[in-house]
Amino acid sequence: MAKKSSKDRLSNEINAGSMADIAFLLLIFFLVTTTIVEDKGITVKLPPWSEEDVDPTKLNTRNVFSVLVNAQDQLLVRGEPADIKQLRERAKEFITNPQKRDDLAERPTKAIISLKNDRGTSYGTYLECYNELKAAYNELWDEEAKKLYGREYSDDMPFEQKKKIKGTIPFVLSEAEPTNFGGE
Amino acid sequence: MSKFQKKRGKASPAVSTASLPDIIFMLLFFFMMVTVLRDAELKLTVTTPEATELTKLQEKSLVNYLYIGKPIKKYEESYGTSPRLQLGDKFATVADIPLFLERHKIKVAENKRPKITSSLKVDGDVTMGIVQDIKTQLRKSGQLKVNYSARPRPE
Repeated sequence: MAKKSSKDRLSNEINAGSMADIAFLLLIFFLVTTTIVEDKGITVKLPPWSEEDVDPTKLNTRNVFSVLVNAQDQLLVRGEPADIKQLRERAKEFITNPQKRDDLAERPTKAIISLKNDRGTSYGTYLECYNELKAAYNELWDEEAKKLYGREYSDDMPFEQKKKIKGTIPFVLSEAEPTNFGGE
Repeated sequence: MSKFQKKRGKASPAVSTASLPDIIFMLLFFFMMVTVLRDAELKLTVTTPEATELTKLQEKSLVNYLYIGKPIKKYEESYGTSPRLQLGDKFATVADIPLFLERHKIKVAENKRPKITSSLKVDGDVTMGIVQDIKTQLRKSGQLKVNYSARPRPE
């Protein structure tokens, strides 16, 4: 009888009480190593590498909106000093040309934005400029989308709609090789 | 009356904790799914600038990170104070980029390779010189999808 009871004990279940503790341990490990922070940023498509560099500022036509940033983080927009806060509005006016002025872009499809910086320009200023120019296009796309489809432009729009909008107002931003006047 | 009292006396059984491991496991699996192990210790100070026109990076396995910034205090003596590039967990030069990209590429399934994005985490105070060199190198290596990492600007 005593023998039988010891056999019974052998076939007992494993105590699962500590399972929670083990799971907790793992949980805490993964909690600590997890980075939930989302990675966000401005996505850019760089042009493929080619040996000869086309400098659109040399074309000097009405269709080029040139933005130069020097090593002191000062802006030169179409040959005149400008403030970064006006950049978005000026770019929008240039692209759409609502008054049909003959010194602004003929039509949005012909507009080229040229961004040129110095090697001494700070990255913060550069990205701010890029952000403003991108914002100008985003606002124009929004307006276009509202006119055509009655809603704001977003990435999850149907592909044809996006294509139509980007066909009317294409994002053309050319970045020239930077100057090297200011030193790094 | 006695009936009620009897019930009240019985009404304090301990809450069963038998399902606790299941709940914990559920949480555990959730975190295991969303975890991307921290791959690199940052040896540079990188404070990304603020911007508004942000896009989210979709799949983390398709992203490789390039950090540019000034070395932190600990490394100032050996690496100086001028901006440096960090790939993975090591200081690197522009010439190391192609190999770094290739190493990342072979880990990615072939049909997803065109979607590989380089995330440039650049400190706002760094001058464009080094950034330009890296951009040129990326273009030469055929890595054209680039994301300038930035923080959302508080309204």
